[in-house]
Amino acid sequence: MADATNGKPKTEMLDELEKGPWPSFVKEIKAAADTNDSAKDLLGQLELSYHQKIGHWKHGGIVGVLGYGGGVIGRYCDIPEQFPKIAHFHTMRVNMPTGWFYTSDALRKICDIWEKHGSGITNMHGSTGDIILLGTTTDQLEPTFQELCKVGFDLGGSGSAVRTPSACVGMARCEWACYDTMKMCYDITQNYQDELHRPAFPYKFKFKFSGCPNDCVASIARADMSVIGTWKDDIQVDEGEVRKYASGQVDIQKDVCDLCPSKCMKWDGKNLSINNRDCVHCMHCINVMPKALAPGKERGAIILIGSKAPIMQGALLSSVLIPFVPAAELFDTIKELTTRIWDFWDEYGTNRERIGELIQRMGMPAFLDAVGLDPVPEMVAAPRDNPYVFYQTAKGGE
Amino acid sequence: MSTTPKAPRITDIGPPHYEKFLPPVVKKNYGKWKYHEVLAPGVLCHVGETGDKLYSVRAAGPRLTSIQTIRKFADLADKYCGGYLRYTSRNNIEFLTDKQENIEPLKADLAKIGFPVGGTKNSISNIVHTQGWIHCHSAATDASGIVKSVMDALCDRFTSHTMPGKLRIALACCLNMCGAVHCSDIAILGVHRVIPKVNEVQVPRVCEVPTLIASCPTGAIRPKTGPEGKPSVEIVAEQCMFCANCYTVCPALPINDAENDGISIWVGGKVSNARSAPKFSKLAIPYIPNNPPRWPEVVDAVVKIVDVYAKHARKYERMGEWIERIGWPRFFELAEIPFTRYHIDDFRHAGLTYARSAHVRY
Repeated sequence: MADATNGKPKTEMLDELEKGPWPSFVKEIKAAADTNDSAKDLLGQLELSYHQKIGHWKHGGIVGVLGYGGGVIGRYCDIPEQFPKIAHFHTMRVNMPTGWFYTSDALRKICDIWEKHGSGITNMHGSTGDIILLGTTTDQLEPTFQELCKVGFDLGGSGSAVRTPSACVGMARCEWACYDTMKMCYDITQNYQDELHRPAFPYKFKFKFSGCPNDCVASIARADMSVIGTWKDDIQVDEGEVRKYASGQVDIQKDVCDLCPSKCMKWDGKNLSINNRDCVHCMHCINVMPKALAPGKERGAIILIGSKAPIMQGALLSSVLIPFVPAAELFDTIKELTTRIWDFWDEYGTNRERIGELIQRMGMPAFLDAVGLDPVPEMVAAPRDNPYVFYQTAKGGE
Repeated sequence: MSTTPKAPRITDIGPPHYEKFLPPVVKKNYGKWKYHEVLAPGVLCHVGETGDKLYSVRAAGPRLTSIQTIRKFADLADKYCGGYLRYTSRNNIEFLTDKQENIEPLKADLAKIGFPVGGTKNSISNIVHTQGWIHCHSAATDASGIVKSVMDALCDRFTSHTMPGKLRIALACCLNMCGAVHCSDIAILGVHRVIPKVNEVQVPRVCEVPTLIASCPTGAIRPKTGPEGKPSVEIVAEQCMFCANCYTVCPALPINDAENDGISIWVGGKVSNARSAPKFSKLAIPYIPNNPPRWPEVVDAVVKIVDVYAKHARKYERMGEWIERIGWPRFFELAEIPFTRYHIDDFRHAGLTYARSAHVRY
């Protein structure tokens, strides 16, 4: 790649991606390349990938910081003679502040450290939620880590370990939070620092905390343990505000009652009546009329287990494990349950087997026995429809 | 040797406590918010029990962000928000202020530096995605380039509330799905289509053969004696469905292929419990070749699906809810997508997706 401006490589294809109304990652790499040579080589290599339709990164190697087994993803380019400045270009995962809140001061400190020790390129944020510091050399890992720690930041998880837990904005800015998601996420993260930094599991384990069934951190699809806020008592209704919505832009019958999945609401033109025993806590009516309706006052969470992406036995959604835990008991319940789940997983899990896959392989009943939970009908969409039952040996007429 | 004692090494401190980063109005109203309104696309107003108000201005982030741009955001937070801001779970930046008069000048400044404001209510929010060719070894496509091209075409859908319901797009550049796209209204997924090439010299040097064999979900990898009598493996081509799990555990089985890798498109997934239960995305388009820098065929396919949904779905209906109402045959007809053998599942529990009734629309 020939030199163009300010020592940056020629990037005919990538330049196309500087056009258009959406923010451009190419502009971002170029901004970093103004002062950083590895960003220049990254541009050059990416341009080559665009021409050849193939990536140029090798498998990760084992690199890291002293005493940790994770938090750094080793990355080496497969054509180092052509792009020597990214011969090693490792990622550091930095545990984000819960809820992704920052002060300008904290962001500038991270930027200053990354300007000194790395490429100046980040992801805000990675898929699991970490601040991703994209690209540095092996010798810079420990100094970067030490400086991050001095300003109060630590690395996140990688490999077969607890992955950086994440939470929705919760009580910080949402009236629907049925428990304190940010506190729960922070406390759990602090509680499992050893398991997060030193991989010792069959595979990864993710916690995600959502404050209500809208599930803004996708916990039901992406967490081994999904904690989703909900309530047990009646939806709170402000009749006056319901009527205001009705006289405004909301057709209560069509937009609310007809779309209720359990058809538990009636509207007579003046009053909204709710059969709360039939409510499945889906959030639709509350989403449509946030000024008029609110989750009940008896709040807590559902704990679900086992979701994951396809690798290796196919994608799973989490399924109900405990239908309701009062908010005040949530932290202790999660801790106790997690210990029992990890014991079972340690004992029976095979290499790269997520907890959801292990449950599929050994059966939910065996899993419930192992973690000491009684079966309840909320756990299933329907009881089994096949008669191949593993009856336990009958004892004296039982 | 230096006699200066070393400063104690700090480790295992975990993330900083979030309270340090909460604006005063948030601290004061923590757990006491009463309701919220969306004042305009990308502008939220949360009202506390005491009447306190917090305004959030949501701008699209590029995910891959230079420190130069982060510093610009920090400057804007200082100028308008007392130094406070947050990011969302979909790579958006939210500027947080209790001063309503700051909203318009902040929006104007964001427009000046090229960051669209939107992503609220019934809009298309930002795309969550993976690293692609920028930083991953197993990518079947780039991520950022497709996201940029798709959102250039859909930017108006981000900055307005013109969709029937929320529409969430996600992109993962291979089946590992660090982007976990499998429950999105539209998922763009990189796919490999040729079997891994076994480097028989490297296999015994860098891989554990039993682990490698166990890594295959379909049992397609078999042991074999390689050069010089050393252990190696062979792959039964008909049993390979290109998941690349073997490549993840063994670098000596590269699967990336410039001519055959590409994109598949999936539709109708959701995560939220609102109305219907969360659901997986289902296959719409099995394969589109990689065509950098702008992947026009992928952009056209996504825009077409968005337009058809926007035209036909009812208010509040998500993509999957709309398709379930009208039926999949009608979806394929409206979206003008050919239905092929690839659309019929043949992995575990495949029968669960077969039509097991006489309910057919003609």
